[in-house]
Amino acid sequence: MSNQIEIKNLNVSIADKPILKDFSLELPRGEVHALMGPNGTGKSTLAKVIAGHEDYEVESGEILVDGTNILGMEPDEIGRLGVFLAFQYPMEIPGVTIANFIRAALQARQEEGENFDAPAYYRELYDKMDLLKMDRKFTSRSINEGFSGGEKKRCEILQMAMLNPTYGIMDETDSGLDIDALKIVSNGVNLMRNENRGILVITHYQRLLDYIIPDKVHVMWDGKIVKTGDKELAKELEAKGYNWVKNELAVA
Amino acid sequence: MSEQAIMTEEETVTTIDTEKGNFSYDTNYEYDAGIGLNEDVINYIVDVKDEDDWVRNFRLKALNVFNRKDMPTHWATKDLENIDFDVIRYYLSKGQTPSRSWDDVPDEVKETFERLGIPEQERKFLAGVEAQFDSEASYSRMKEDLEKEGVIFVGSTEGLKEHPEIFRKFFGKVIPTNDNKFAALNSAVFSGGSFIYVPPGVKVSQPLQAYFRINAENFGQFERTLIIADEGAELTYMEGCTAPKFETATLHSAVVELVALKNAKIQYITVQNWSNNVFNLVTKRAIAEEGAEVKWIDCNIGSRLTMKYPGVVLNGEGARGEVLSIALANDGQHQDTGAKMIHRANNTSSNIISKSISIGEGRSTYRGQVHIPDHLKNCKNNTECDALLINTNSRTDTFPAITVRGDGNSVQHEASVSKVSAEQIFYMMQRGLSEGEAMSLSVNGFVNDLVKYFPMEYSVELKRLIDLEMEGSVG
Repeated sequence: MSNQIEIKNLNVSIADKPILKDFSLELPRGEVHALMGPNGTGKSTLAKVIAGHEDYEVESGEILVDGTNILGMEPDEIGRLGVFLAFQYPMEIPGVTIANFIRAALQARQEEGENFDAPAYYRELYDKMDLLKMDRKFTSRSINEGFSGGEKKRCEILQMAMLNPTYGIMDETDSGLDIDALKIVSNGVNLMRNENRGILVITHYQRLLDYIIPDKVHVMWDGKIVKTGDKELAKELEAKGYNWVKNELAVA
Repeated sequence: MSEQAIMTEEETVTTIDTEKGNFSYDTNYEYDAGIGLNEDVINYIVDVKDEDDWVRNFRLKALNVFNRKDMPTHWATKDLENIDFDVIRYYLSKGQTPSRSWDDVPDEVKETFERLGIPEQERKFLAGVEAQFDSEASYSRMKEDLEKEGVIFVGSTEGLKEHPEIFRKFFGKVIPTNDNKFAALNSAVFSGGSFIYVPPGVKVSQPLQAYFRINAENFGQFERTLIIADEGAELTYMEGCTAPKFETATLHSAVVELVALKNAKIQYITVQNWSNNVFNLVTKRAIAEEGAEVKWIDCNIGSRLTMKYPGVVLNGEGARGEVLSIALANDGQHQDTGAKMIHRANNTSSNIISKSISIGEGRSTYRGQVHIPDHLKNCKNNTECDALLINTNSRTDTFPAITVRGDGNSVQHEASVSKVSAEQIFYMMQRGLSEGEAMSLSVNGFVNDLVKYFPMEYSVELKRLIDLEMEGSVG
């Protein structure tokens, strides 16, 4: 099937330590999946590997994006292919404004000789900022520099909305957010849900899933998915704790 | 900044033709002083240019000083020893007299301007253009209203001949021949460069601009610029250089003297992009009299070695001096730049902001000299040096020498070193930017707060040059 991200038997290590162990997942367009699990189980590693981070050693397996194997591709090629990673810890780029940054990212997607429509760009940027309740003065602030946790996450969502990716990987997007920010960010993600886009929400806590209702919930443990279900699974997990999964595994 | 302004500025950040600046034209030289440096060469230059005896004596004396002085390798890089003065041509000229209208400009020179990307509108915008094609000005033009106001904007040769009464009074006074070995060399063999005089009270609203380039292999370019702003006068001068790439080393050694008389203002802007084999050894200094203001904006990109420390001698009460500089050192390049502020009167103030970027094996050195003697009152200096390192092998050194004596003077010095981390690059690449684009964006961000003080077309030019340089630095 080509309209999905398909991860097959992925084994990944960092500095000779295995992190992902025979990990498999399918994320079709049009669906929102949640990936849950305790800290240190490999969730963020998965996000970085999909994005092509060079620090991780992929020993075996495949990652297909709409049928194209992206292993070995540069991070920018993967990005332009339509995979967006909302970072858990977005980087500060001093002196580079949000407006200039997003613009540069859009221009990197243009054909050579294609003209950039600046007025249209600003109209769209301002519209999306309004949706995310971001003050317009943010456009001229350096990206993530001096931003609060909530501002950084909103900035990630803004970039995603502007770059219009086929797949969005949200790495712990809820961490460091108060309830108001959580609602705004969730609202942003919900607005981007459509049949042509797949979204993977990586989270430690169930509370984000009160606002973003997933089609599927996967529970990750020790480098692979050990349980898959619907949104009720997340609630069960919240009620029983991760030890429940651990104990179930021990029984099995 | 208004929304409109932001959009206009951003609109201009476009992709570049990487081949620009990397070209050279076949040129037949009518006058050629030959290889090497001796009295015959000096006499040849004086004869060809039909200069007066005082100029001949000035040059011959300077040659003596040059021969006597040692290379400054006790403090500067040993790379200077690799300059072979015996294989350099010190004077080449096509022999044409400066032309005044655009129609008179030879087609190949026009083509050069075309390829350097000087837009048509900009030409109209320019108040006067003094472009140096090799040694002699091949094109110069001034708007009539400037001439009517008594503004002189000519080549240095023309200045010497036609305005000796002003020229001689200031020539070599700001930077004496024996100031350093390369100032002496320039004094011996100078040709080209600009001579500008702005009469009292005249404020030149549009920048005066010179584009020049080296266009002959093994050919040192020794232009000499002298700018005088008389009492209450104001002007901005812009200098930009792009050089074609050569197989062997080229020497560029200029001398620029600025004189700002009482309450005058001079702003001198340089955006320089020499090819990687050029030794660029330039002496730039200004004198600011009472209430006068001198600002150097200096951007150094390219060259094998650049040594340049623009200075202001704050000679009169209330004078102000400023140096804003950006240096970008890529693989195989060494940017040894800085500033000098010599306070000589009460209530004088100076400001130095230096930003350097070192990439790969590139090396940046900042040398600053601030001197405030103890008998002065209420003098101020602010110095900020920021360095950005990209890739681990980059090297940056800071040598600030601040001598402040006496009470009632204040000095402030801040220095920072930051790195573009692999994680920052990854973040930007995730958004679809190539590695080169990501580095270019972070470099532009680093210099952004300084560049916003630059005139629009120069900030655009600088962004282009940075993009070009970063594209080439990705393996």
